[in-house]
Amino acid sequence: MAEYQTHPYDVLVIGAGGAGLRAAIQAASTGLKVGVVCKSLLGKAHTVMAEGGVAAALANVDDRDNWRVHFSDTMRGGQYLNNWRMAELHAKEAPERVNELEAWGALFDRTKDGKILQRNFGGHRYPRLAHVGDRTGLEMIRTLQDHGIHSGMEVHMECTVLSLLVDSGRVAGAFGYDREKGNFILWPAKAVVLATGGIGRAFKITSNSWEYTGDGHALAYRAGAELLDMEFVQFHPTGMVWPISVRGILVTEGVRGEGGVLRNSEGKRFMFDDIPDLYKAQTADNEAEGWRYTQGDKNARRPPELLTRDHVARCINREVKAGRGSPHGGVFLDIAWIKEHIPTAPEHIKRKLPSMYHQFKQLAEIDITKEPMEVGPTTHYMMGGVKVDGDSQMSTLPGLFAAGEVAAGLHGANRLGGNSLSDLIVFGKRAGEYAAQFAKTNAPAAIDKDRIQSAVDEALAPFDRGSQGENPYAIQHQLQESMQDLVGIVRTESEMQQALGVIDGLWKREAKAGVASHRQYNNGWHTAMDLKNLLTVSEAITRAAILRKESRGAQFRDDYPNKDPEWGKFNNVVRRGSDGGMIVEPRPVTPLPEGLKAIIEEMK
Amino acid sequence: MAGASASTRALPGQALFRIWRGDAAGGEFQDYKTTIDPGMVVLDAVHRIQAEQAPDLAVRWNCKAGKCGSCSAEINGMPKLMCMTRLSELNLDMPVIIEPMHAFPSIRDLVTDVSWNFRVKKTIKKFQPRQPDNPDGTWTMHQRDVDRVQEFRKCIECFLCQDVCHVLRDHHKHDEFIGPRFFVYAAALEMHPLDTADRVPDLKKKHSIGYCNITTCCRQVCPESITITENAIIPLKERVVDEFFDPLKKLFHIL
Repeated sequence: MAEYQTHPYDVLVIGAGGAGLRAAIQAASTGLKVGVVCKSLLGKAHTVMAEGGVAAALANVDDRDNWRVHFSDTMRGGQYLNNWRMAELHAKEAPERVNELEAWGALFDRTKDGKILQRNFGGHRYPRLAHVGDRTGLEMIRTLQDHGIHSGMEVHMECTVLSLLVDSGRVAGAFGYDREKGNFILWPAKAVVLATGGIGRAFKITSNSWEYTGDGHALAYRAGAELLDMEFVQFHPTGMVWPISVRGILVTEGVRGEGGVLRNSEGKRFMFDDIPDLYKAQTADNEAEGWRYTQGDKNARRPPELLTRDHVARCINREVKAGRGSPHGGVFLDIAWIKEHIPTAPEHIKRKLPSMYHQFKQLAEIDITKEPMEVGPTTHYMMGGVKVDGDSQMSTLPGLFAAGEVAAGLHGANRLGGNSLSDLIVFGKRAGEYAAQFAKTNAPAAIDKDRIQSAVDEALAPFDRGSQGENPYAIQHQLQESMQDLVGIVRTESEMQQALGVIDGLWKREAKAGVASHRQYNNGWHTAMDLKNLLTVSEAITRAAILRKESRGAQFRDDYPNKDPEWGKFNNVVRRGSDGGMIVEPRPVTPLPEGLKAIIEEMK
Repeated sequence: MAGASASTRALPGQALFRIWRGDAAGGEFQDYKTTIDPGMVVLDAVHRIQAEQAPDLAVRWNCKAGKCGSCSAEINGMPKLMCMTRLSELNLDMPVIIEPMHAFPSIRDLVTDVSWNFRVKKTIKKFQPRQPDNPDGTWTMHQRDVDRVQEFRKCIECFLCQDVCHVLRDHHKHDEFIGPRFFVYAAALEMHPLDTADRVPDLKKKHSIGYCNITTCCRQVCPESITITENAIIPLKERVVDEFFDPLKKLFHIL
């Protein structure tokens, strides 16, 4: 019989980024016993990497802003595939959640009259992102962490969940292991909140760390919950491209918000050449107006560099493919040019974008106050994820909740920058609140001992195969290469069918993966166990992308380059069939209520 | 443990890495030769070795961009983030020596048990804001009021300052002394424009700020360039002196 420790909770939160911590704080505030399981050390989750800011219609910088504008910006950015209820709640509640962070010790940059300062970002009509230089995510996670440790939650650091346990159609807890010793742990729980973040590691070029292997997506799927919008993977337009070893590391959109411009090898600001109809009325048609916008001129329209991420990423891709790229296969992002307008530009840039200055200086030996950066698209964010109820964040599996990147709905076909940090705190809080409610009204569920035994057997199998087995890193690298090449920023049916073949082959190799040595902090073993999740999400992304025969938001199909109004009426749902096979099917979008429809019309 | 002998010298385009492998029971250095490309950092080399030669090599990392503070180690004897140390800064004619941090117990290879830091943080009184300034529950603060504390809040909790602090590293005063990281944390709270709690008595008694003799080692290794000694620790020491060693106050106490 398998050996494991048991730590029972009322509410178990899996993941300790912004969403997980906010959920745990909320659940713990109701007096329940709350556990948090996190794959890394506390405070290291990907939220720490968020740079530009947290979107909330505080109207501190432009008093024309309000929740209705934020709502319509989010829906437009998501190409109207969003869960409108989530977009509504998010726009309404984000200001309160941001102010709450200040009450917990966060120190945002300030306006001249002593309020929280807000900056411009792509797709947001008004300056809306509360920020701390370009390290907003660090400020947010540290605030939640430092508040959370006094809230009564228990944290299990460097633990990974292998399986969710289910009892008569509801969640019963989770089973996993700790990295340090390699011991197994059972966490029985009345309610479980998934806050595991994204899937970036399914691709070769990504801004995501090793942790982002789609664990929550795959756990939910295997437990029988439905996934939504899996075809929509956000490629952030500006990742570093050189040196190779730092390829993919994020360059914040804040650079463009502060006046940075994109140029091709001919020195041309190519973004002016291709402004989508949906945004024509709000976008500057000359460089002077664009500059005035970044400097707070309320009568100016935003420069085309601040169009939505999906569009900017595709334009960069096009320039590179047309042979107008930079030496290392990107384009130029120039912030140094603002010295033409600001005499103290070098100091100004270092104050506004300190991490970017530091990052380029240290990793690429480039001084961004003097020369342009080379940037190109990088896999950044997963719009798709666990299908949830807009109010409660409960998935289709009772007792299982999801918040943050692992949940789908808020962002539709494309996420606006800054809407992720606000997503974490708005829906983290809601998930924690409703999970607590569920735990209070439901008895503990029964634990399936057979399921635990099979999870243990599966986890230990790579040791039986030993170093004679397949190298797990090699399998992972091949998956990343294939997803990058075949299901990346530009997609076609034939390549995606080829990707399904590759994935099928990799499933077979995964079953032969082997590792040597022992269970204590064995990175090779961890990689072997993450493979299943990576393969599941890669398959879901590919199948959903094949089914959607149109280009919309983050999905661009070379064989269907236009938007199809018919497809605008459907979201794709992914679920596990009774035979274990993956089912992908279109599901009609819930119609907007009249009131919200009127807001969208009004803001057009 | 001397320099590279002729047989261990790496070929052009290669470098030799001497990595400590072991656990709490002990261990030894092992040599790995691997190819290197322009722009690589130490963490890239460790990953390449892990993927190609030593799949079970234990290393802790996350962001690989100097923002999360997970990959702290000692590189050629200097406490550094592996992800921000470029191979081009190192002399590759010699083996690159990579060790775990010394101030914390070993778990395995390059991974140490830093859980002590998380326990220490809990012993510092939490943030307690004053009543809101405005009817909507918000506060009015100006940039000049927050500048000083924003410097401290840049901390990525890599614990390199703890690693290099001789009170912890050499004298093992983990039970009495909280180390530079948590003086910076306490300073951020004490100097926070909204905070009302008093941490000065704890800093003196429970957290033994007096043990620090301001050698500035911590400040020198901080990857975020936080002026730990001058901006955080010395002002806190001054507060302790003001509260406990002020001769006038003492006189009043006696009277």
